[in-house]
Amino acid sequence: MTISADRAAQQHAQQAAQQNPASDAVSKFGITVEDYMLPARHQIQMVGPDGTLNPHTEQGAQPGHEYSLPSEAELLAAYEQLVVGRRVNDQNSALVRQGRMAVYPSSHGQEACQVASALCLAEGDWLFPTYRDSVAVMARGVDPVQTMTLFRGDWHGGYDPAKNKVGIQCTPLTTQLLHGVGVAHAAKLRGEDTVVLAMCGDGATSEGDFHEALNFAAVFHLPVVFFVQNNQYAISVPLAHQSVAPSLAHKAVGYGMAGERVDGNDVVALLAVLGRAVKLAREGSGPLLVEAHTYRMQAHTNADDATRYRQDSEVAEWVAKDPLSRMQTYLTDRGLLDDDRAAKIAEKAEAVATQLREGLSEEVPVEPQDLFKYVFSTPTPQLKEQSAMLADELARDAASASTATEAGK
Amino acid sequence: MSPTISTSSEVNGNVSAATARAAAKAAVEAEKTGPQTITLAKALNTAMADAMHADPSVLVFGEDVGMLGGVFRITDGLTKTFGTSRCFDTPLAESGIVGMAVGMAMNGMRPVIEMQFDAFAYPAFEQIVSHVAKMHNRTKGAVKLPMVIRVPYAGGIGGVEHHCDSSEAYYAHTAGLKVFTPATVADGYRMLREAIDSDDPVMFMEPKKLYWSKDQVDLDALRAEHATNTERGTSSEGRAAVARPGTDATLIAYGPSVPTALAAAAAAAEEGRSLEVIDVRSIVPFDDETVCASVRKTGRAVVIAEAHGFASVASEIVARVQERCFHHLAAPIRRVTGFDVPYPAPKLEHYYLPGVDRILDAVDDLQWED
Repeated sequence: MTISADRAAQQHAQQAAQQNPASDAVSKFGITVEDYMLPARHQIQMVGPDGTLNPHTEQGAQPGHEYSLPSEAELLAAYEQLVVGRRVNDQNSALVRQGRMAVYPSSHGQEACQVASALCLAEGDWLFPTYRDSVAVMARGVDPVQTMTLFRGDWHGGYDPAKNKVGIQCTPLTTQLLHGVGVAHAAKLRGEDTVVLAMCGDGATSEGDFHEALNFAAVFHLPVVFFVQNNQYAISVPLAHQSVAPSLAHKAVGYGMAGERVDGNDVVALLAVLGRAVKLAREGSGPLLVEAHTYRMQAHTNADDATRYRQDSEVAEWVAKDPLSRMQTYLTDRGLLDDDRAAKIAEKAEAVATQLREGLSEEVPVEPQDLFKYVFSTPTPQLKEQSAMLADELARDAASASTATEAGK
Repeated sequence: MSPTISTSSEVNGNVSAATARAAAKAAVEAEKTGPQTITLAKALNTAMADAMHADPSVLVFGEDVGMLGGVFRITDGLTKTFGTSRCFDTPLAESGIVGMAVGMAMNGMRPVIEMQFDAFAYPAFEQIVSHVAKMHNRTKGAVKLPMVIRVPYAGGIGGVEHHCDSSEAYYAHTAGLKVFTPATVADGYRMLREAIDSDDPVMFMEPKKLYWSKDQVDLDALRAEHATNTERGTSSEGRAAVARPGTDATLIAYGPSVPTALAAAAAAAEEGRSLEVIDVRSIVPFDDETVCASVRKTGRAVVIAEAHGFASVASEIVARVQERCFHHLAAPIRRVTGFDVPYPAPKLEHYYLPGVDRILDAVDDLQWED
């Protein structure tokens, strides 16, 4: 390399550094770029499993990774959604057992992550959920019965993603992260202050699209919060078989973004960490990666048998860390939750469960012609032909059925 | 056996140097108005530039499409004209490019993205098949994905492995994708504008060996035609074209095989046989009407495509024509396609590619003695 080329390269690097979000952070928080990008040494936990508030010095915070306690109103709203979410999980699992739903990947035990990921967003923001994130979708305000459309066995996603600013619950792992990146990119180009929260699980971090999404978001400096619910298992395979990184949040530094670890069963810490991540993203700090440490209390789906790959004793350990009971204790001890309020919240949860039971018991009429209607904006001549063929078959079936009825008389 | 029609520089020359020369020359040519001789590359470039001028939501991105103008120079000058927020380079990751385009299309943009080469698009296959193709259906029409995935495809350029695949069948087989492939300079402009205008995702398959093919076109007339079609809601989308009229047999071809079919028809004419050539243009939707009208008229047909013949677009065309024109056929429909082998190395590709002689052999087999 010649001297002048070297100088040009240096200038280029300086320019790049000036545009680097980490440089902003360095000035904003007074810490090194590494300290900004690496997660705090310990996960952020504000309320412990027994429901007591950790002393400020024991919340995992450190310079540049400081979190303030959410307001009372936020905490109560979150608790209400936690209770609703748990009821939804249990109701849906029951509906699957009764044969009224095809499948339900339950987030039982992960409700704190579900609730916080919806509540941290503003109205114009977008959520990109996975198949296990139905409770987050509902907490975002999507109609519960519409949310369950795919899981009841229907052919479409139920809700309008653009209207609700919620992507269709995605099955191909981490493919939706890139859609979130695109939504954020489009918004940024138009000068809108939209933030995207894109969700995935621990196993999904092995997928190529996880890498591509994080890298694209970082390179284009996009306001995306990647939220990994590390529930310890990808169906049957424990995290140790997916990654030997110090933590999943440590992956952030490799992309030049900030990472953080949070107790995924502590909704207080989740609201604080995700809330701050969304705020930073909105302010132009680029993308962030948050890993929540939680546990999938039930099997992958009703079709899975979790006893084949994990011990009851392990599950029992996590019962003691339950996100609902700790919040109930914490709010009761703070005097924010009494029997009266608890009863009202339980009533709301029951109303949603009833809505699900009734909505999912209704027979949704099947319209065979819907097969052809939405493949393209306008059906192709080939689809029109096929549609006519099916219509003809159905007409002949109906005619022969009515002839048989006539003959029966 | 004769090789496919192509210039020597395409087959043996330095591709990038030839491309750069062609682009530089085409840029000069494009400034003229009225009928002018331009390359397919310039027609495609002009179509994107015009679409970007017309609609601020049209964005172009991919690998090397920015300052370089694309390895084939199809996006040449777009970054300079429209800035880095309208035409930009991405990290080198095809799934990322397509996945990000999906999100952008969900949020009001019309991305036109480039997969650098046919076989480089395979990492994006999951995004294309599971999301690009299905989003409209799985959201019951609520989310449209007006995006174009440009794929330089097929061989005939002396490319090394992974640079010459005919990948159209993968996309044509996937419900929810439109698949266009232009064969002429004018169609390069016309069809790319239509693809960008489409509310449905379009796989835009560009025959890379034709990038430097030239023709005299009137860009202003094409612009006027596009404006009229937009105003009236009419377009040539989904329509095949009669590239050469004839009476004795029909050659059905698309993309890179159209000039080969035309050369075969010209050679046959010298022997006193009149061959009609149909340029399919749009693989999805497929124009059964135009194709079948020709075959009913001639009674004989040969389908020509570079892709492997087995389970191919050519096979689909034969099946469709046979189902619809059986009683008009004087002979079984023949296919002239690539062999069912991985796309061959440059030294072997002329054995593989459907050429004039192989087409004429197939025509000779159409039971003329009966």
